[in-house]
Amino acid sequence: MPGIFLIEAIVISILLYYNRITAVNYLLVILFLVSLWAFSFYEYFHLNTIQLEYFKPDALGILLLLAMCIVSIPAFFHGYRYIVTHDETPHSRGLFFSAMVLLIMACSMAYLSNHIAVTWIFVEITTLSASMLIYHHRNIRALEGVWKYVFVCAISITFIYIGILFLSLSMKESGVEYMTFDSIMENYDKLNLFWLKLAFLFIFTGFTAKIGLVPMYTAGIDAKDKAPAPAGALFSSVLMNMGFVGLYRVYAIISLTEIQHWASLIMIISAVLSIFVATVYMTHIKNIKRMFAYSSIEHMGLVILGLAVGGIGVYAAILHVILHTFVKPSLFFQFSQIYRVYQSKSIYDVGHYFKYNKAGALVILLAFISATAMPPSGLFISEFLIFQSLFESRNYFVLIFVLILLTMIIWGFGSNIFKLLFTPPLTINEDNIPRIRPRESYTQFALLALAIYLAYNPPAMFVQLIQEATTLIH
Amino acid sequence: MTDILLIAFAITLLFMSIANRIYTYLNILIVQGFILFGTTLLTLTEIKTANLILILLETIVFKALAVPMFIKYIIKRNGITREAEPYLPNFISLIIVTAIIVITIILSSAVEDTHLDKTFFVVALSNLFTGLYLIVSRKKIITHVIGYIVIENGVFILALAVGNEMPMLVNLGIMLDIFASVLILGVFFNKIGDVLKDPDVNLLRNLKD
Repeated sequence: MPGIFLIEAIVISILLYYNRITAVNYLLVILFLVSLWAFSFYEYFHLNTIQLEYFKPDALGILLLLAMCIVSIPAFFHGYRYIVTHDETPHSRGLFFSAMVLLIMACSMAYLSNHIAVTWIFVEITTLSASMLIYHHRNIRALEGVWKYVFVCAISITFIYIGILFLSLSMKESGVEYMTFDSIMENYDKLNLFWLKLAFLFIFTGFTAKIGLVPMYTAGIDAKDKAPAPAGALFSSVLMNMGFVGLYRVYAIISLTEIQHWASLIMIISAVLSIFVATVYMTHIKNIKRMFAYSSIEHMGLVILGLAVGGIGVYAAILHVILHTFVKPSLFFQFSQIYRVYQSKSIYDVGHYFKYNKAGALVILLAFISATAMPPSGLFISEFLIFQSLFESRNYFVLIFVLILLTMIIWGFGSNIFKLLFTPPLTINEDNIPRIRPRESYTQFALLALAIYLAYNPPAMFVQLIQEATTLIH
Repeated sequence: MTDILLIAFAITLLFMSIANRIYTYLNILIVQGFILFGTTLLTLTEIKTANLILILLETIVFKALAVPMFIKYIIKRNGITREAEPYLPNFISLIIVTAIIVITIILSSAVEDTHLDKTFFVVALSNLFTGLYLIVSRKKIITHVIGYIVIENGVFILALAVGNEMPMLVNLGIMLDIFASVLILGVFFNKIGDVLKDPDVNLLRNLKD
């Protein structure tokens, strides 16, 4: 089944690229969505079976795959709205949807991959498709964004490759031949720890470009800023999740060995630095889209903190990743409408959003409450559990420091959002403001409501999948 | 013999640190490609012939000929000046690259592994760090690309060290080479030439907070 889906997605992607007819374009996109859902359900009913030798749908992969299915529907819908409102040519429309299909396909394969080299190949493909999306507008700023993204990602995938080489050196003595995650985990006691340490360092550094952590987070920020907002929504959810999956599976191997404490220390340092960087920028930033991007950096920092600390933190980390997958895209989807009203990304040019787009302003307010993890936000539950795990593991200083940083983030985020919603703008020509229909905000409401529902009244199957995924970490 | 080739490879790094003109960098890349060809031939004795031929072709055709020639073409097409424009004097660059090599030798002495030829490890790591140094210490975008290719060459050497047991990893390395080079060079450098008349990294400095 993964093979069929892979080939089908590639064929659809190629057809989208060459097709110039509008109806065929929409038909192909709908066909892809249907096959994505069918594929996900097939994989859900074939949990933990090896497919095509290199793919194994385990609980974590399935969870993220299903989350991606849900997000991809509004992503394509808002992509379609974006194309319509920007008067795009059939060529640029084809390229846009073709790259989106390729990105989603590569992410879904990377979620299910059970072999580190296969994961790595799909990480490469996401770089390619993401760069096509970033360069969508073909101006000098987009060029700068795509150049930085491609260059940093090229270095990051080289780092992951070096990590894989070191991992193979670490396996050399043990005689393990297959680099599948399963076979490495079975033979964890035979691994050479020195090489394993080096491997972890390089793989972790490489994945930080995708997941959005210090040191390689920079490329992702420019990418989310310059790419069209629906693509930015995918970058800050499914693409970051792909980095998380890669890191999670490698850390699962490390967690069996003696170097777990060392590795978790590195992850904690990187996570705290990421939250710190996000705080510094979010309290000063004037570009709304970049502010959303930095908010993702903060959330991924929290996720890795929970993962590194362990205990209930691992459960909370996975829950946080999934809820974040629903909350952050709703902010990005809403950004397209903000831009249509004010024609600017700068916080100085916006204001009184409630007056111009009531439903949209309500989404922004609810999404702000969700993204800053204030109750009744779903992220409140997962963040609370992460703090609990920090408390239980006696990382009091980290906990206090992170809490102070998060308070500052709420202040910075809030002052910008309230400026957008309630303060009158300095100059605005009200004649040119387009009327935005409330129905364009329905999907965002649905995503935010889903995040709350999953956190406060999780279905048994959802909890069971997360618990199964946490068993990978020891 | 392999050791001699690898040491020659490390010496090219020193030469690169003091090179003034971009064409000199390209010539060094060509030399590195040929050295990689020789090293591959001598090291990978246990893998299938067809696979070996593929890897050898990649080193000679892609690394030694295609990439340097393509960069040369880009330089001509975009009218890039010949100076490498380093931020630091050459003498300091030389000292830094020497220090990188010495530090990797000291690092490798900490490794206790009978399965690995340490020369590979030293040369690969010094290539990696020299490449990173070239990227941060040169002004032009094209020299950043050259720095990245130096990193790739270093990684290739590391792949050769495990190549006999895991030929799949060497093939993955080839994939990385082709994918990243084509993506970086092919698609975007052409675009940079179209949009920017002067491919200077200073012009790509607007995206910030």
